[in-house]
Amino acid sequence: MWLSPNQLHIPDGFLSTPVAIVGWVLALLFVAIAIRQTRDQLGDRQVPFMGILAAFIFAAQAINFPIAAGTSGHLLGGALAAILLGPWAATLIMTAVIAMQGLLFQDGGLLVMGWNILNMGIITAFVGIATYSLIRRLTGDGKRSHLAAAFTAAWLSVEVAALATALQLAVSGTSPIRLGLPAMAGVHAVIGIGEGIITIGALALLATTSSGMLAEGESVPGRRSANVIAVGLLLALVVALFSPLASPHPDGLEFVAEQKGFLDLAVDPSYEILPDYTVPIIADPVLTTIIAVVLGTLLVFVVAWFVGRNTIRSEAAGD
Amino acid sequence: MHYNLTDQYRHQTSFLHGLDPRVKVLTAVGYILAVSLTPEGTWWAFAFFFLILYFAVCLSRLGLFFTIRKSFIALPFILAALAVPLTTPGPVIWRIPGLNWPVSEPGLIRFLGVLLRSWLAVQAAILLTAVTRFPNILWALGSLKIPHVLVSTIGFMYRYLFVMADEMTRMMRARASRSARIPGTPRRSVLWQGKVAGAMIGSLFLRALERSERVYAAMLSRGYDGCMRSLTRFQMQQRDWISLGLTGLLLIVPLSLEWMV
Repeated sequence: MWLSPNQLHIPDGFLSTPVAIVGWVLALLFVAIAIRQTRDQLGDRQVPFMGILAAFIFAAQAINFPIAAGTSGHLLGGALAAILLGPWAATLIMTAVIAMQGLLFQDGGLLVMGWNILNMGIITAFVGIATYSLIRRLTGDGKRSHLAAAFTAAWLSVEVAALATALQLAVSGTSPIRLGLPAMAGVHAVIGIGEGIITIGALALLATTSSGMLAEGESVPGRRSANVIAVGLLLALVVALFSPLASPHPDGLEFVAEQKGFLDLAVDPSYEILPDYTVPIIADPVLTTIIAVVLGTLLVFVVAWFVGRNTIRSEAAGD
Repeated sequence: MHYNLTDQYRHQTSFLHGLDPRVKVLTAVGYILAVSLTPEGTWWAFAFFFLILYFAVCLSRLGLFFTIRKSFIALPFILAALAVPLTTPGPVIWRIPGLNWPVSEPGLIRFLGVLLRSWLAVQAAILLTAVTRFPNILWALGSLKIPHVLVSTIGFMYRYLFVMADEMTRMMRARASRSARIPGTPRRSVLWQGKVAGAMIGSLFLRALERSERVYAAMLSRGYDGCMRSLTRFQMQQRDWISLGLTGLLLIVPLSLEWMV
């Protein structure tokens, strides 16, 4: 039997050793907090509960649907798990999933597993729950705003995870930021749509079949939303601050520019609002990258807010 | 990539299969660390590490090409590094015919370095899971001070992995058998198909949640007190200590030579 999940798992050798070790330290820190938080809430139910739900995420990642031209939509699951069970439980569950994929199936390396856990587990969980609860808070309790918030949370979680992966590869000198970041961002903007649709499909089913179950699931481990948003923003900030460091070989760009304008061949996608993640007016590249990342994040929030507000109005008008 | 959901352990009676799992885990991680600390361009060191790996593959009696055959799983990720030879500054040694893109020497060396490191590392990981039963790997991680809750959770996940995967396969088969389409009629929209996949995942979640309740109740009624106990016991023997020391030496000596020069 064969399963086919997502492609964000970094193999060993693609990150430099210091970067890999920083990832392990950060990941273990988060996992330690997650263990304590979930133990407070679950007691000795912790291990069977987490273990079976981790097996669920692993199996759910294999359920797919065709999008277009041979690509298919998959679930990564971090945002869904965080919305259903809270971010700390999601952190533990995703850590177990990624550890299993690395240890048993060699999907993702062992030395770089810290970053794989951070990217696909912790970042997706916290970006997902922070986006979700922020939009819920702004738009209220309607069913549609619930789904709009979940879609945005799922999409953004995949996008931020992909950006983080591109940054780590760039810092390690394995993938030039000028090509890697837009490529990862572009591909995962599409993959994120699949993630979003699947997430709202799952939540819609859970809302109609068993609202009691959903409420129980939602109340499992510590959802202190203020903390959650703080951690989510902190993660976003880390990613934003990472980006200027992301070019350890800045002269590489000049070199390429010299060589027959190779970069002209890397055509920018036409839908890009912030070309190449820089704001055109401001000259300093480091500053513009940071501002562009922050602006992009804000933009997504604003769009989600408007969508949520309008659906509330139309729902109110419909009733 | 695709996961082959049969057990990754290959039974065999060999020196490697009989070693203490802690030694095997430490050696594999140490090997991957040593390979990834090797600077690109020190070809002799890569060759030496390849020989060490091959010595271990021979000891495992799984066939000479066992790890190579399975090592191509990390291949798609090479796309990420493909631009490095083109964008690293340095003397141009070759131009891609037709496109005239420059390939620089340091760029090519760095690219080959990434390629070799990931290839050797993935083979070491493959060998580790092929010669060690997964519960024993987890036991080794636990006794090497990886947080107990995390190790037990992964162990529990392993028990139910195949159950959940079977359940998922049955759902996919049911969907496929009910999804006939009359030729000529339009396909259902991507949104609709995505919602179906989402609903499948939603009901899989409910089943998982209910199953976890049943399993927990069953465990409680059999005296579960929050601590997972296992019968796995290993004692470090002389050959374990000797192999650990010898591999440590074999990894540290080339590393120190690389960094002295």
